[in-house]
Amino acid sequence: MSAFFDIIFSSHFGYSVLRVSTPILFAALGALISDKAGVINIALEGIMLISALTGVIFSAITGSAFFGLFMAVLFGGLVGLSLGYFSLNLKTNVILAAVAINLIAIGGTVFILYLVAGDKGISSSLASKVLPKINIPLLQNIPGIGPIFSGHNVLTYLAFLSVLFIWFFLYKTPLGLRIRAVGENEHAADSVGISVVKTRYIALTISGILAGFGGAYMSMGYVSWFSRDMVAGRGFIALAAEAMGGATPIGCMLTSLLFGFFDALANSLQLLKIPYEFVSMLPYVATVVGLVIYTIRKTEKIRRIQEKAAEGGNA
Amino acid sequence: MTDEPDAILRMENITKIYPNGIMANKGVNFSIAAGEIHGLVGENGAGKTTLMQILFGLNHPEEGKILLEGKEITIANPNAAIAHGIGMVHQHFMLVPSLSVAENLVLGVEPRKGVSLDLPEAIRTTEALSKKFNLKVDPRSAIRDLPVGTKQKVEILKALHRGARILILDEPTAVLTPQETDELFDELKLLKDQGNTIIFISHKLNEIKALCDRVTVMRAGKSQGVFAVADVTEQDISRLMVGRDVILRVEKSVAKPKKPVLKVQDLMVVNRFRKKAVDDISFTVRQGEILGIAGVEGNGQRELVEALTGLGLYASGDISIGGKDIKKLSIRGIRDLGTSHIPEDRMTYGCAADLSIEMNLLSYTHDHPEYNKNYFLMDINAINEVSNKLVEEYRILCSSPQQEVRRLSGGNIQKVVVAREFSSNPKLIISDQPTRGIDVGATEFIRKRLVTLRDEGCAVLLVSADLNEVMELSDSLIVMYGGKITAYIEDASSISEEALGLYMLGLESQGPEEIRRVCHD
Repeated sequence: MSAFFDIIFSSHFGYSVLRVSTPILFAALGALISDKAGVINIALEGIMLISALTGVIFSAITGSAFFGLFMAVLFGGLVGLSLGYFSLNLKTNVILAAVAINLIAIGGTVFILYLVAGDKGISSSLASKVLPKINIPLLQNIPGIGPIFSGHNVLTYLAFLSVLFIWFFLYKTPLGLRIRAVGENEHAADSVGISVVKTRYIALTISGILAGFGGAYMSMGYVSWFSRDMVAGRGFIALAAEAMGGATPIGCMLTSLLFGFFDALANSLQLLKIPYEFVSMLPYVATVVGLVIYTIRKTEKIRRIQEKAAEGGNA
Repeated sequence: MTDEPDAILRMENITKIYPNGIMANKGVNFSIAAGEIHGLVGENGAGKTTLMQILFGLNHPEEGKILLEGKEITIANPNAAIAHGIGMVHQHFMLVPSLSVAENLVLGVEPRKGVSLDLPEAIRTTEALSKKFNLKVDPRSAIRDLPVGTKQKVEILKALHRGARILILDEPTAVLTPQETDELFDELKLLKDQGNTIIFISHKLNEIKALCDRVTVMRAGKSQGVFAVADVTEQDISRLMVGRDVILRVEKSVAKPKKPVLKVQDLMVVNRFRKKAVDDISFTVRQGEILGIAGVEGNGQRELVEALTGLGLYASGDISIGGKDIKKLSIRGIRDLGTSHIPEDRMTYGCAADLSIEMNLLSYTHDHPEYNKNYFLMDINAINEVSNKLVEEYRILCSSPQQEVRRLSGGNIQKVVVAREFSSNPKLIISDQPTRGIDVGATEFIRKRLVTLRDEGCAVLLVSADLNEVMELSDSLIVMYGGKITAYIEDASSISEEALGLYMLGLESQGPEEIRRVCHD
């Protein structure tokens, strides 16, 4: 047991929580934007997978990690846009269209990987690049804290900065106001000449771009290669994180960190002699438990309010 | 009919046929003069809404043209209408609840400072407009916290902010108290004095008389003519609307109440905003009486009905139906005590719109043995027989009982709901807005049925936002305000609309002793 606490209370563990929260946070913010516009984007998982492969291929071809990132994000945005086209123009059910994108991503990435790298499992034959890590001056020298917050991948910092960007975008800009209006009462938005379809296109594209960042991080930061199914449900965990976070940017960040904590725990516990299969189950169990607790608390709250009122206390 | 010399806007020979073959407008001519308040009246389905949707660019006519100040214009969408200075205040408010008044006002035409929204500027704009048109609103409040009357003011301001000179108001008074209505009329008259033109859609003829300069009457998709309001009586207009004299009064004998059926004791319901929606109320409904609940919408009526029918929880107090406590009962259990419910929202709770009329008629009794063979298969013949009978009895206009409910008109959908609810031998009928938004014929039919059931010994609880209905149909009345009962009127015919309005707005309240009489104990 003491070994367990040694793991949790080490700077190394803190560092790894931030490291593994990054892709979840990007995707959760992506889920947030589309949710605010009134569309549920469950294609995040597939978009991340596509972007992860795109980043690897283009960075290997050009030798530039940032060009790889650019292409990954571009593809993320394009897939988001195409989901918009299927659901908004062609009127497909958005859930079914997203399921299709996810399935295409699973098979399609392996197919493309085989064409490009000649391997069906991993891209190790491609000389893909990794995005740089950043050491923060001064901070890195503070004992205990420095090793947690300094030396992360550039995308990790971008993810946490994005929380701020997205908050500003949603609550302080005209387009953010329109996105929220469209999500809450599309008829109201429509009646004042805001194009509901256009606004949702924009939201889905931004959602795709954010997932694209998350995907690029997976293959160009988290690890330095692409492997099949490497996103491993993070896109879906992000949807749970967004819902539990009460559909706010800060909430998304906190719940992403929570899931990141369990993810990191799963990684660390592999050092102890706990079966790998059990440990790798943890983040997903945490998701289910998290959602159950969230729902129970919500219903409990309503019940308590009723009971409190019954006791005569003014609610 | 009056001639039109200085029409600011003219719609000529408008014909609109919907894809399902319904001809909503047949060669309608409609014109308004600058600076007038022009009434547009007609039954539901008469085509007034379609006509106004065409004017606002939400619908496009097959034939006809629109002339603004003599020039022909095409209105492809609401934006084009707004660009031509035509604004519309919809019956269902087009507002975003979580946003503030100022944010709603500038939505779509946001003032910017750099990349961000200039909220202080939006607030200043709102204040200036509010002052100019004497429509008092607080720019910073969130829409969801505002009373209906204020929301409507925001809607009017929104249209004016976008440069509307011609304002279309779609049944604006349907949701207002008599006092709020008076306030609205004063504001509209001020707008008219400032040179704006107003098209006022309404069912209520007394309002047309009180507010409008001229009135266009529509019936069955056709205009019945334009009249100077001063020259016609309410009876004249109503005759033109329905083509016969409507009996606006409900014919009924004096109620003979017997044993109590529904007893509510110290009931309290808390809503999800932690507010006491129903605050410690008690009342009794007896066999053979119609007890009406008057009140502005949103004063606890919905939560009360939800508690009574099992759709919602209640915090404390007792509800008993026929002497049986319902606290632990399911919705089905409550219904099995002989409770019928005509829900406020017929499309969500009243019917399954994609299913046929007969399936909807059977949705409560589908598992009764008389409709099932060998406890397993539905007995199609028995179902056909009973649904044919109900369709005939309730005069549901349809091609066959197998038709989808969605394809019926509002009035006929409500008749399907009513037929199911009334045919199950109810002891208690909870009737929530039973005639909202349906035509006069169906309204009359449903009201008569309610009186018949009362005479047969049913207890009826009637919740209605339509003051006329609740006053005409009820034997006794209670008034709800802020979740409490503010008055009990034993003889509903003895009180005036104005006096009722005072109770509805909480400006006056009876003493607890007087209110207690509604418990009949």
